[in-house]
Amino acid sequence: MGKRKQMVERVTELMKTPDMIRNIGIVAHIDHGKTTLSDNLLAGAGMISAELAGEQRFMDSDEQEQARGITIDASNVSMVHTFEGEEYLINLIDTPGHVDFGGDVTRAMRAVDGAVVVVDAVEGTMPQTETVLRQALREQVHPVLFINKVDRLINELQVDEKEMQIRLGKLIDHVNKLIRNMNPERYKGGWKIDAADGSVSFGSAKYNWAISVPMMKKTGVSFKDVYEYCTNDDMKTLAKKCPLHEVLNDMIIKHLPNPITAQETRVKTIWHGDKESVVGKSMNKADPKGPLAFMVTGISTDPHAGEVATGRLFSGTLLRGMEVYTSGSVKKSRIQQVGIFMGPERLDVDGIPAGNIAAVTGLRDAIVGSTISTVENMVPFESIRHVSEPVITVSVEAKHTKDLPKLVEVLRKVAKEDPTLQITLDEETGEHLMAGMGELHLEVIAHRIEKDKGVEIITNPPIVVYRETIKRLVQNVEGKSPNRHNRFYIDVMPLEPEVVNLIKEGEISMRMEELERRQKLIDAGMDKEEARSIAGIYGTNMYLDMTKGIQYLNETMELVLDGFEEVMKAGPLAREPVSNVKVILRDAKLHEDAIHRGPAQIIPASRQAIQAAMLMAEDTLLEPYQKVFIQVPQNLMGGATKEIQGRRGIVLDMKTEGDLSIIESRAPVSELFGFAGDIRSATEGRAMWSTEFGGFEFVPASLLGDVVAGIRERKGLKKELPKASDFLDM
Amino acid sequence: MLIFVGLGLFDEKDVTLKGLEAIKNADIVYLEAYTSRLTGTDIKVMEKLYERKINVLFREDVEINTDWLSDALDKNVVFMTGGDTMTSTTHIDLRLRAAEMGIETKLIHGPSIISAVYGLSGLQNYKFGKSASIPFPYTSSRGVRVVTETPYDTILLNKKSGLHTLVFLDIDPEKGYMTAKDGLKLLMEVENKKSAENAEDAGTFENIVGNSIAIGIARAGSEKPCVYADFARNFENFELGGPLQILVIAGELHLEEAKALVTFANAPVEILDE
Ligand SMILES: Nc1nc2c(ncn2[C@@H]2O[C@H](COP(=O)(O)OP(=O)(O)OP(=O)(O)O)[C@@H](O)[C@H]2O)c(=O)[nH]1
Ligand SMILES: [Mg+2]
Repeated sequence: MGKRKQMVERVTELMKTPDMIRNIGIVAHIDHGKTTLSDNLLAGAGMISAELAGEQRFMDSDEQEQARGITIDASNVSMVHTFEGEEYLINLIDTPGHVDFGGDVTRAMRAVDGAVVVVDAVEGTMPQTETVLRQALREQVHPVLFINKVDRLINELQVDEKEMQIRLGKLIDHVNKLIRNMNPERYKGGWKIDAADGSVSFGSAKYNWAISVPMMKKTGVSFKDVYEYCTNDDMKTLAKKCPLHEVLNDMIIKHLPNPITAQETRVKTIWHGDKESVVGKSMNKADPKGPLAFMVTGISTDPHAGEVATGRLFSGTLLRGMEVYTSGSVKKSRIQQVGIFMGPERLDVDGIPAGNIAAVTGLRDAIVGSTISTVENMVPFESIRHVSEPVITVSVEAKHTKDLPKLVEVLRKVAKEDPTLQITLDEETGEHLMAGMGELHLEVIAHRIEKDKGVEIITNPPIVVYRETIKRLVQNVEGKSPNRHNRFYIDVMPLEPEVVNLIKEGEISMRMEELERRQKLIDAGMDKEEARSIAGIYGTNMYLDMTKGIQYLNETMELVLDGFEEVMKAGPLAREPVSNVKVILRDAKLHEDAIHRGPAQIIPASRQAIQAAMLMAEDTLLEPYQKVFIQVPQNLMGGATKEIQGRRGIVLDMKTEGDLSIIESRAPVSELFGFAGDIRSATEGRAMWSTEFGGFEFVPASLLGDVVAGIRERKGLKKELPKASDFLDM
Repeated sequence: MLIFVGLGLFDEKDVTLKGLEAIKNADIVYLEAYTSRLTGTDIKVMEKLYERKINVLFREDVEINTDWLSDALDKNVVFMTGGDTMTSTTHIDLRLRAAEMGIETKLIHGPSIISAVYGLSGLQNYKFGKSASIPFPYTSSRGVRVVTETPYDTILLNKKSGLHTLVFLDIDPEKGYMTAKDGLKLLMEVENKKSAENAEDAGTFENIVGNSIAIGIARAGSEKPCVYADFARNFENFELGGPLQILVIAGELHLEEAKALVTFANAPVEILDE
């Protein structure tokens, strides 16, 4: 029997024993060594040769990943480890560290129950370390810590043995502080990491060794020995005595939960249906005999099988030929293949029971975030909330006009594969716009469209994605349907920041029970009557129905909300997405006959009232900011700060460490194009820097007019600014 | 002058002589083609008979961009619709707008589907209650499918007084013509949903429409109109052929009415026993 086949058989056997399963993600700041660490685990399971681990970056199978030396897509692998005489199935997801691909981390956190947080011993915790940790904790994913690149600490920074221990201790304290702040209940409930119990380990993924307190006890290898092996350039021996995968297994298997334990406490944060329902109960105990409940966390395209949906199975057993429902779609679909991942390869199996990560083909209409179930109308899982929002956009055209239909198809595909990418067709100019997390993100996608999908394209220089919002309250604006028989009376006002936060944090949604949502809103300071009137949430905008007893309004509400969503997707001022707006419906008049209050009547009436009201309420623009972290030798600091200040940026904090200055700053994205080149020349190429999404701020009044005019011109909109009356006079 | 002309039920020849005269004498002729259609003809054939160029008006022209009305200030303008003029409740708007602009208006009637239904079905006009319409279901961008309950409620209300309900079926530029069968299916869907929701209140909505006699009429005004009556629950039997179609849900049937349905519409004979 081939080795691979043997492996698949062992995996399939183990899939049925949930207490022997660990679903884990490897998360970290960029370059801290996640993929190299994953290599070590693969070697430990006999899936790649031990010599290659540390060099190969097996999980970075994509051509661009190898070329750029970074992970771009999260990738899955299932492997079997023997630990203390027992076999365990580890389903691992290696995630990217670059901020532009942060969406992959968010999605992976939905699929796993535990996370190995990797921190570079030299760099320490970085902004992205905090972000990924926060994502894990928000999804109730249990973290353990691996401090990597300890060899650098010793060989490059040349710290002595004592200093090494102090530094490591400080790092652990810091990570604990982060966990405590981000999720106090869990911290108190035993998620505090502790070197003594083995939930922390140290080592070098590149040189395949690691150590933890339990491992020290077992092998007798002490900090002093570690220090000596490193300074004597004999890490090979150290790796034989303390192989990294053994230490990690100890940490993963002992400290991270199996799916049953995890689901008992996790399900309530990611699913807001009835806990006493059959599917609710079944998910709580990961029952393979229960109804199917599968959440799609990734979509990829396979040249042979077509669309492959990857995700977490919380209940039931996935079987070939099974008929299932996809949330948001009325059609049923039939599962064609079910499989597991072995890095780049997908291997078919007969069935996959609850508690595992699975790959499925044949799901019609499934997108990232879909809930797949055998129960019709199962309450869907909470949607996956990405921490960053698209901040820049490029327009793409097919190089050869004949390729246009193909381009449309390819864009649809890439958007499906990457939900942080937003594709829109600009109706006026006929251009396709691709909005993403950053320049690298869009570059990678453009490259994929050309190389993987085979469509030659021309992309225009990137531009910033703005948001529209309003500054004040406007009351009683009337929207009329084209036939004038239906009328809506609305107020608009800025949505309270506390409520915006609840939406952003995923604390409230339309999927959760009304009572629970109402309570959270009241706790955040919303008026009781308002809190019970939420009809729709789109982005960080809310639609409230505060009317009483209006006949037919109930069956008309979906149309009203479609009008609302249309405006929230593209505001009246510059057709940019809208943020932080609250719309309250105060009164409505509806035609008695359903024919005269169909979509062609109600949607425009609802839409135009909001458009007009927003323009009266000082519709304005928000622009995205980025936090910029710079490390630069002290003598070159002046050049670096000047680069920030010259870009409407501000320096938030400045620290010195050794002869390095560490600058924390913030600047608008619109000013950051070309920053990479400029900072390089300003600092003789000695600055190291990284960015993070920094939220939105009002465009300064002095710039607003020009910015709006620029957007309108680009979109082929009328030059004159729209007036409320444009949307009212009919 | 703005003259509203009803063109009648099926083809170009259903117009009255008065209507035809008015069209022939008009300076400009408009046809409203979204609330009803003459399915037995087309614009070319109509233009030939009417000896006038026909300008088609879409929903926006009738509801929003009504600039064309000003033609009627100094010219003879004819505004044509299928059926009788003004049957679509929203057209009165147009007449009011014209009046506001100081335009004189006049109506020339055409054969109406409403009286055709009385005739073809044999149901008595004084026994009809409020009429209703069934629009195509709508699926919102959140994936929610909305089926209106208003027509169902109207039928129920009429039935309480023993009255029949005339049910207009949607005509949509994209989704096409709704058939009597589609309409019945939707009514049954609402009925099933309501009885499920009120399960503890057993019987409230149990088969009220399902056990009613439904009358489907297709192509009224043509050489071969189709009239078919059966219990609404047997909606699969309503194969009436092409458009346009209309539906009646019967209330209490008078013996004469029942006889007519059995004789001319293939209704099940058992309805004579009740
Ligand atoms: N000296 C040293 N270098 C290491 C160690 N682990 C990883 N590296 C190096 O660090 C670089 C980044 O390693 P990766 O494993 O690709 O890091 P990553 O976290 O997966 O990076 P992204 O996926 O792009 O975020 C590579 O050049 C590795 O060889 C280590 O323990 N010691
Ligand atoms: Mg990597």
